[in-house]
Amino acid sequence: MMGAVGRFFAAIGHPVIDGIERLGFASRFFGLILLRSGTSLLRFGLVIREIFAAGVLSMLIIIVSGLFVGMVLGLQGYRTLQTYGSADSLGVLVALSLVRELGPVVAALLFAGRAGTAMTTEVGLMKTTEQLSALSMMAVDPMARVIAPRFWGGVIAMPLLAAIFSAVGVFGGYLVGVVLLGVDDGTFWSQMQAAVDFREDILNGVFKSLIFGCVISAIALFEGYDAPPTAEGVSRATTRTVVTSSLAILALDFVLTAFMFIGV
Amino acid sequence: MQRGVLDLWVGLFVAAGLVALVMLAFKVGNIGTANMSDTYSVTAQFDNIGGLKVRAPVKSAGVVVGRVSSISFDDKTYEATVTLGLDKRYTFPKDTIAAILTAGLLGEQYVGLDAGGSDKKLAAGDKIQITQSAIVLESLISQFLFNKAANGSAKSEPASAPAAP
Repeated sequence: MMGAVGRFFAAIGHPVIDGIERLGFASRFFGLILLRSGTSLLRFGLVIREIFAAGVLSMLIIIVSGLFVGMVLGLQGYRTLQTYGSADSLGVLVALSLVRELGPVVAALLFAGRAGTAMTTEVGLMKTTEQLSALSMMAVDPMARVIAPRFWGGVIAMPLLAAIFSAVGVFGGYLVGVVLLGVDDGTFWSQMQAAVDFREDILNGVFKSLIFGCVISAIALFEGYDAPPTAEGVSRATTRTVVTSSLAILALDFVLTAFMFIGV
Repeated sequence: MQRGVLDLWVGLFVAAGLVALVMLAFKVGNIGTANMSDTYSVTAQFDNIGGLKVRAPVKSAGVVVGRVSSISFDDKTYEATVTLGLDKRYTFPKDTIAAILTAGLLGEQYVGLDAGGSDKKLAAGDKIQITQSAIVLESLISQFLFNKAANGSAKSEPASAPAAP
């Protein structure tokens, strides 16, 4: 009897304790990245390599999805706005929804899928094949040489990708709204310019994507570093990267939006 | 060796990102148009400003000539004090009328300036003497309804008066 109850509490307690331990390790890992990034920022070539891996290689998917998201916004917005006879405000709708929300969030979700998984797998396989241990053996700190440059590469690439996404999306909305559906060219841009504020809307969007870049890179690198050194372990870590960072992006987006636009 | 090609791509990427940001700032946002180069401020007092907000446009003859720079409450006169930042390029006569108007039926509110005939010009720090408050739609509707009700009862009274002996 006692044994069954004991097993029951053990079954509940083990994941909880395990989770708290992981959280503690993750926090320590994040602190260590920031602490060791001094050397990697001095050797900026390392970071540039990672900007290439995280940013340049993600550019195609970002541009194509941005274009299509903008085009869909143009179509949907035009239909709805026309019901109220205000199809002229299409530019406002497209620009505000892209710059405030869709740009940072969708770009971050794509970034997590495109670049975050690559980071996790790379670091996880480096750990599995004991390259990280080999670096330590040669007195090269893997945190400074491998982890920190990838982190900063992600942090720098993310806001640029989000800006490209928004700009291409606005262009997509323009293509559908003005070229295809015949909204007036001048009103499209002038209403947009009257409604979008540089600091309130655009800079807040950039700030959002900067935070998303930090979170995605930190989660991806941690999952890779923490992965069990087996084929299965790395694959599960990659899955966890996508799931955790997507949830983190959406939850954080709510919190950040509440802070920025409502001013809680 | 490979470094050169890599740098080229990263440079292109960073340049594309910055171009996107600049385009967002100037083409999508209002950083280029909203920045009035030089402004001078005049104040105006209103009984009721309705839904006027800071940064709302100040228009004269439909042209944006400035922006509302601050709104405060004066507890001596119990009126709203609105500070207008007007573009230095434009001057207005001293007896200009400031009115709070609405763009369209439900649109945003702005300050309209109607130039007067005085020879003296408004200078920085001056106060616009003649103002016209915002029309609050609710009070307009309730006024209309009360009038209607008053008229209705006035009309029904003579009809019912002969019935009473």
